[in-house]
Amino acid sequence: MAQDKCHLITQVGQPQVSHCATPLPVQESLALGKHLGKALPAVSPSPAAGRVHDDLKEMLDSNKDSLKLEAMKRIVAMIARGKNASDLFPAVVKNVACKNIEVKKLVYVYLVRYAEEQQDLALLSISTFQRGLKDPNQLIRASALRVLSSIRVPIIVPIMMLAIKEAASDMSPYVRKTAAHAIPKLYSLDSDQKDQLIEVIEKLLADKTTLVAGSVVMAFEEVCPERIDLIHKNYRKLCNLLIDVEEWGQVVIINMLTRYARTQFLSPNQNESLLEESAEKAFYGSEEEDTKEPKAEAASLAKRKPYVMDPDHRLLLRNTKPLLQSRNAAVVMAVAQLYFHLAPKAEVGVIAKALVRLLRSHRSVQYVVLQNVATMSIKRRGMFEPYLKSFYIRSTDPTQIKILKLEVLTNLANETNISTILREFQTYIRSMDKDFVAATIQAIGRCATNIGKVRDTCLNGLVQLLSNRDELVVAESVVVIKKLLQMQPAQHSEIIKHMAKLTDNIQVPMARASILWLIGEYCEHVPKIAPDVLRKMAKSFTNEEDIVKLQVINLAAKLYLTNSKQSKLLTQYVLNLAKYDQNYDIRDRARFIRQLIVPTEKSGALNKYAKKLFLAQKPAPILESSFKDRDHFQLGSLSHLLNAKAVGYQELPDWPDEAPDPSVRNVEVRGAPQGAGCMGGQGGSVSEESGSSSSSSSSSGSEEEEEEEEEGSGEQSEDKEEEEKRPKRKDKEGSRKAAMGSAGRYPLGKRGSSVNPFSLNPAVTPPPPQPIPSSSIISTSLVTDLEGLTLTDTSLTPAVSVPHALPGMSRDPCPSWGLQVGGSASHTPAPRPRQLLSPAFGAVRTYELLHRMAGEGLSVEYCFSRRPFPGDPHMVAVHIQISNNTDAEVKSLRVSEPKLLSGMRIQEFPEIGTRLAPGDTANVVMGIDFCDSTQAANFQLCTHTRHFYVSIQPPVGELMAPVFMSENEFKKEQGEWGTGTGGSQPRR
Amino acid sequence: MIHSLFLINAAGDIFLEKHWKSVVSRSVCDYFFEAQERASEAENVPPVIPTPHHYLLSVYRHKIFFVAVIQSEVPPLFVIEFLHRVVDTFQDYFGVCSEVMIKDNVVVVYEVLEEMLDNGFPLATESNILKELIKPPTILRTVVNTITGSTNVGDQLPTGQLSVVPWRRTGVKYTNNEAYFDVIEEIDAIIDKSGSTITAEIQGVIDACVKLTGMPDLTLSFMNPRLLDDVSFHPCVRFKRWESERILSFIPPDGNFRLLSYHVSAQNLVAIPVYVKHNISFRDSSSLGRFEITVGPKQTMGKTVEGVIVTSQMPKGVLNMTLTPSQGTHVFDPVTKLLSWDVGKINPQKLPSLKGSMSLQAGSSKPDENPTINLQFKIQQLAISGLKVNRLDMYGEKYKPFKGIKYMTKAGKFQVRT
Repeated sequence: MAQDKCHLITQVGQPQVSHCATPLPVQESLALGKHLGKALPAVSPSPAAGRVHDDLKEMLDSNKDSLKLEAMKRIVAMIARGKNASDLFPAVVKNVACKNIEVKKLVYVYLVRYAEEQQDLALLSISTFQRGLKDPNQLIRASALRVLSSIRVPIIVPIMMLAIKEAASDMSPYVRKTAAHAIPKLYSLDSDQKDQLIEVIEKLLADKTTLVAGSVVMAFEEVCPERIDLIHKNYRKLCNLLIDVEEWGQVVIINMLTRYARTQFLSPNQNESLLEESAEKAFYGSEEEDTKEPKAEAASLAKRKPYVMDPDHRLLLRNTKPLLQSRNAAVVMAVAQLYFHLAPKAEVGVIAKALVRLLRSHRSVQYVVLQNVATMSIKRRGMFEPYLKSFYIRSTDPTQIKILKLEVLTNLANETNISTILREFQTYIRSMDKDFVAATIQAIGRCATNIGKVRDTCLNGLVQLLSNRDELVVAESVVVIKKLLQMQPAQHSEIIKHMAKLTDNIQVPMARASILWLIGEYCEHVPKIAPDVLRKMAKSFTNEEDIVKLQVINLAAKLYLTNSKQSKLLTQYVLNLAKYDQNYDIRDRARFIRQLIVPTEKSGALNKYAKKLFLAQKPAPILESSFKDRDHFQLGSLSHLLNAKAVGYQELPDWPDEAPDPSVRNVEVRGAPQGAGCMGGQGGSVSEESGSSSSSSSSSGSEEEEEEEEEGSGEQSEDKEEEEKRPKRKDKEGSRKAAMGSAGRYPLGKRGSSVNPFSLNPAVTPPPPQPIPSSSIISTSLVTDLEGLTLTDTSLTPAVSVPHALPGMSRDPCPSWGLQVGGSASHTPAPRPRQLLSPAFGAVRTYELLHRMAGEGLSVEYCFSRRPFPGDPHMVAVHIQISNNTDAEVKSLRVSEPKLLSGMRIQEFPEIGTRLAPGDTANVVMGIDFCDSTQAANFQLCTHTRHFYVSIQPPVGELMAPVFMSENEFKKEQGEWGTGTGGSQPRR
Repeated sequence: MIHSLFLINAAGDIFLEKHWKSVVSRSVCDYFFEAQERASEAENVPPVIPTPHHYLLSVYRHKIFFVAVIQSEVPPLFVIEFLHRVVDTFQDYFGVCSEVMIKDNVVVVYEVLEEMLDNGFPLATESNILKELIKPPTILRTVVNTITGSTNVGDQLPTGQLSVVPWRRTGVKYTNNEAYFDVIEEIDAIIDKSGSTITAEIQGVIDACVKLTGMPDLTLSFMNPRLLDDVSFHPCVRFKRWESERILSFIPPDGNFRLLSYHVSAQNLVAIPVYVKHNISFRDSSSLGRFEITVGPKQTMGKTVEGVIVTSQMPKGVLNMTLTPSQGTHVFDPVTKLLSWDVGKINPQKLPSLKGSMSLQAGSSKPDENPTINLQFKIQQLAISGLKVNRLDMYGEKYKPFKGIKYMTKAGKFQVRT
């Protein structure tokens, strides 16, 4: 009873589903009865059912949550079994505001299931959800919207619309996601709301959180897939967010972007497609097409332009590639189809590996993947060739998988691998699975037609199969041999004779028909046997299957025309039998043929041409894959799998001839930050951040990030330094003067001195005092110099400092120096001495020259001391700190064998003659003229026992010197350069 | 997208239905039953069946058909992958995914399904989030619930859905912090009659069981990452770190999960750890056939091969088999013609063998094909590819976790043609 009612209701609810009315199969209704009995053992499934529901109603009306819960659980169990529980609606809906969360959830489940059928009563619950929409908790808001939009009651469409609009600008991204989910629900309820919904979609598409992206694109696909213009502005964002979107959203977005790219970019294979086609044609060797080809090629040659890939096209390819590593087969397939449809031919290969990996998955996944591989392998055979062995068939594979693998193997067969493939096929032919054996024989036939080299081998193999004990195998071989023989019948009359003998034994109609056709077609090659076969067939005519009968008539007609003496009577006999056949098709055929071949007074002009009609040269059949040309469907789609357009399939557009304007994808500089985007809850903003960071770094990976970091820290330290500097500016200015003043006076012998009087940052370990006594002399002289100096307050004048190349510090105005630098505009050819600013000593960064492990206990670090190298103004001073972490003393530390680029010079530090005791450190300064390049200086560091290859690479900043100049001076300087400040903009 | 889901057992009963949009009558499954009848085995039911108004996509696991009904174009793998995810979730929740379990926990199943899809589009498929929403039933909880009337539905809100690491529960706490990783490799191979390898490859997975407090950030590095040719990751793995440094860096989900599955590049020759000597012959004249198999270790790197099971599908003409194994037990099912021999451990000194005769149907001709032999085995503490985990480090939390790594090699689809 109950189930009958249920059926009535579903019919009312869904009038468009016509087959609902199909009666339940007996087994199913029995099963249902069983379940009813099982669920409610006490009651028979008849009028008493009402009593049970009374019981449930009572429980629902009680005050106890536990009773309500128990009742709801039983009701949900009924729903799950497909039992009707709609008469409980009033009792259940009362509990929608229940405090107990589980009761509430179960009530929601019930409501969503039955609201459509009890629309009026369902309205009672709406106010509860409306209240929920205003809740301060985002999760409650979201769940209220979710249930509200799932109730399919047309009256509440305006309420839903309002709720969706509101939720779309909610500050919580989770609520906005729920809003995106609600859009298709409302659309399916009332498609008149489309325009308003598109507005909401447009708004949500602009959302920058990964949470929303997948859901809104899904809504877009369901509501307005044709509005491709909505994507333009969001294209780049979607590409960049893609990797952080949840996996189901990724699939939807990738599929949509595939379609988008097909409309917006040019085909990357314009030029190659021609080559490929011609290669294929040559392979199949059809001559007619070859003649047409040159013309077509010439035409497209004229059109051909050098192809440059749109950077946005590249962005899509680059950002989807990592997703081939996803654990989700649907994502991998989506990326694979994107690459197949969009990538340049040379790049498509990357997907093969991932697709082959999916073959390890469940049977149903394998099935879908193999279907797609089969299509791909026709177009791009080379892609899967390295994975040939992954398609070998195991006896445990289900038949449908075997047949698909066979299809792929056949597609992959070529001259080089055909022998291994045929060897595999030989094993398959002996399989117990006969459907599979039949498919294998077909596959052999296809290999034989496609690859001329092995045609004879295949044919011989198939002929051997004719003596197989299994009739199906023989029959299938006959059919295939027939097709093969048609290609070159003259050489194979022996085989035809052999097959004629088979008619005595073989019973499979298709095979008998094939043999008869063969004999008829080539009766001239077997003139003695053919009439005999006809005689036998005439005897058994009445017992034959229809297709065999038709072929018998056919054979008779052909023999009558070629050899009427022997076969006239036989033909008459056969035609007479056919005249009274039960099948009208056969009767018709007999009548038609009689008129055509037997000359009578009445027979018309056609009689003369009978021979031409029957014995015309027939083209050999082309055996080709059923997967050929399936790629006009988007791969991975349901339509492709079924090879028929499914409901709602979006055609994959052809590439445009002219690229549409790429600037539509440009996004204006962000003005006021999007309300929804930035107000988002904590989760949203975080994911947004992660999204943007991934986008910035996706192109160049971690290097870029590191670089940024360096830059960042550099700036920071400079700021810090500025703060610290203020009180000490005087001193520093002074010291700088002093340094400059003394620079010229440094005797060469003292260049080893390197006490760093400028070190302000405690973070940098001050080098321990130098063993060389001269250093102290210098430092004291500096101090005295400092005392005598008073300086103008530089902060008053609007000063600009221009970084100068260190060599520019040379005192002598050297006009030729500019030439020496050559084209490197980034360095200042200083025409006259500049007032040198205090070098930045904020955080002097130490670099590692030799690691403790690599140096067998000897560790060496270096830093740029940012002061002129005393010996040579063109050189940068490099401060080197050597520590001995070994247990033994280290002697005679020195530099040797510098390997430098031309122009670079190195001033080695003097050999440290004294022993470096274990645990000791030594500090030295060496000068390097990097010649304004950032090329590394390579040299060897030697101890008394070992040599270590080391290299120093200067950061660009270390090659510059800060210089003080007034604004006017700066402008003047700028003017003199002519080319503008290009590379050396003022840093502060 | 997905309209409805029907669960159908082996007997053809629809024992659960769930609709996410308007109700689709269960009579739509008639088309499925038709297709099922046409296919000889459950394995051969096509995964996609078109009907006049709907499309039926199905997966078959644990002797249950999960049939999804869809009405319009959707990538078939999308639905199929989702259905598999549903099965995995049930398995995660109830330990086994069987008809009885689903019927016993029908309310939990229904609640889980309700959360997994919204209007047919996947909403929460991470088991960590689902478990936060709906607690899996345990014996203790069931007892407590019946007494106190409390619920399975989590009372805190599913904050996990909002986080940047949606796969991890928030507020995880353990007294013993432990992280176990199992490196499991499977050898897929086809060996031909003469014993030479036609194709062999190694597929591996790293399954993890991580029970760590808070938000640990783990890095796992390999001694020889170059071995890994093709990998697929759990979404928690940072792809860029892998690309640049070949290090797995991730914030793990809580509990059991599959961190990585990989394929070892084909260039490396695969060591085949066992060999099978066979002599199976039918004679045309007599109704008796000879059957003899010996299994022995080959390249095992000094480890014992255990858990060896030999199965073989005999041709239809074989009526019975009279066999004597030198060790283990054997069963021949005369109905399905399946021979199965549970060998156990292989002792290299005394190779296990199975000898005897087959009785064939009198009068019938000898079978075309000799049966193929399928092999299962296990080798503990060996990753046959030579993959080795170098170290596991944890950042972001203060405590010291207990770490463990286990290696195992198994036979995947290991087949010997005879």
